[in-house]
Amino acid sequence: MAQTLAEKILQRHTDQEVAGPGQIVQCRVSLVLANDITAPLAIKSFRAMGAEKVFDRDRVALVCDHFTPNKDIDSAEQVKVVRDFAREMGVTHYYEGGEVGVEHALLPERGLVGPGDVVIGADSHTCTYGGLGAFATGMGSTDVGAAMALGETWFKVPPTIRVDISGTPEAHVGAKDYMLNLIGRIGVAGALYKALEFGGSAVDALSVEGRMTMANMAIEAGGKVGLFAVDEKTLTYTAAAGRSGDARMEPDLGAEYERVVTIDVTGMAPQIACPHLPDNVKPVNEVAGLQVHQAVIGSCTNGRIEDMREAAAVLRGRKVDSRVRCIVLPATPSIWKQALAEGLMEVFMDAGCIVGPPTCGPCLGGHMGILAGGERAIATTNRNFKGRMGSLESEVYLSNPAVAAASAIAGEIVHPADL
Amino acid sequence: MKVTGTSHKVGDHIDTDAIIPARFLVTTDPAELGANCMEGLEAGWIRRVKPNDIMVAGENFGCGSSREHAPISILGAGIPVVIARSFARIFYRNSYNMGLVLMEVGDDIEKIHDGDELEVDTASGLIVNRTTGDRMQCAPVPPFMQEILDAGGLVEYAKRKLA
Repeated sequence: MAQTLAEKILQRHTDQEVAGPGQIVQCRVSLVLANDITAPLAIKSFRAMGAEKVFDRDRVALVCDHFTPNKDIDSAEQVKVVRDFAREMGVTHYYEGGEVGVEHALLPERGLVGPGDVVIGADSHTCTYGGLGAFATGMGSTDVGAAMALGETWFKVPPTIRVDISGTPEAHVGAKDYMLNLIGRIGVAGALYKALEFGGSAVDALSVEGRMTMANMAIEAGGKVGLFAVDEKTLTYTAAAGRSGDARMEPDLGAEYERVVTIDVTGMAPQIACPHLPDNVKPVNEVAGLQVHQAVIGSCTNGRIEDMREAAAVLRGRKVDSRVRCIVLPATPSIWKQALAEGLMEVFMDAGCIVGPPTCGPCLGGHMGILAGGERAIATTNRNFKGRMGSLESEVYLSNPAVAAASAIAGEIVHPADL
Repeated sequence: MKVTGTSHKVGDHIDTDAIIPARFLVTTDPAELGANCMEGLEAGWIRRVKPNDIMVAGENFGCGSSREHAPISILGAGIPVVIARSFARIFYRNSYNMGLVLMEVGDDIEKIHDGDELEVDTASGLIVNRTTGDRMQCAPVPPFMQEILDAGGLVEYAKRKLA
């Protein structure tokens, strides 16, 4: 049977024959992930199951990236639960201190996820690793707790929507814009229970980081995974992260797709997701002029080095508007160091940005950038749900890093070319 | 299980931040999470709910985060069943694992209004709207998921596998 990428990867992890969508298959997992919000519940379930040890101490990752350094006593208590569990189980990949980064940026750069893997994480943006050709999906804590104990989980084989992206982008348009455009087209439930499989010349031209930015937001269309074929770029990336044995992977010719969506990016303007859903997408010129009070550049969507470079290119030699708080959060310590080495940190500081440690904080209204009533933010994050970043009376607009940086300078939403 | 209660209707694409905002995720206690259920939709929403009332939603209910705190907060609020046009994937799976019953009714959702008295038989999938007399039949639970429910949830299911 000709298989989609999703079917192909699941097939490698199960002894059952993967026959097609709707079938429930038991799969061995390559890695299980939880963070400081979801791990305490996973640990509670793990104990309730009577489990005494994790299935493989090298294949469980616990990343305390949401509320760390701890914002209050309750979050400190939660992290303590995770830390104690990691020590007790001898978990190799526990991150909390100076090595911690935003999980979905950290794990790929450490080579813990890659082509052909099945990864489940108690975090909805686990789908990011689809950018590397991994069947990676978010689940709840109890599913993750069970997988930490059993080393396996069940999946319903998803039908696949094929997304072919072609054309040549203009300046200041890239992966984030392609994805926002797609979500705007198919809607936040457009890929509900389904896999998204990306291809086409514009996707081939993207960096691996850009592909991860797109895969990251598959969940924002309701998708189970967002998958990319594995090419030489992927293999170069994973080899640099210390992995060996990864191989090219493509969907079979003749694989069955539920639907094919085609997008031509030629002439596309930077895309903005307006409140309060990620599918409320408009070209930047339609929302230009709206005053912003905060800009956030970072997160598992756009906190990688390319994003830092993109933002810095706009901020260089300019000043953030005095009415705006521009928060820059490189997603991992190595991105931080790289940005420092390249002089980007100086650019950010000279422009008047607030540069922080790697954290998920502001994206989910956790800490380090909460909005008051009536405030408006432009953010490179992934969700603009009502109240996501703070007050129910605040607003979040989603954009790429160049637009967020430009808007911080202008004090209002603006196309970077119009600065 | 048979449940009789008042419906509380919410809209389409109700996300996990609406169900339980991130600022409350510093606990795993069902009562505490329940006391803040739907606080991201409307402050004090929970005050209108009595135990065994039923949440009724539109399309894509529970979209967003993987936080299991969302079904826990609904259960903690005393709501045993959510009826919706459709559910988001992670939320659907979490709810089964936690023992929150979900009933997907598609377009029949229009037959339920805010404040209607509903009678729900979770085993047969039959929903009777006592206020209007409408009857709605949901699709049966897939066999494998029924196995998890029969075991008493995923914790019990995994416990058996580990034994």
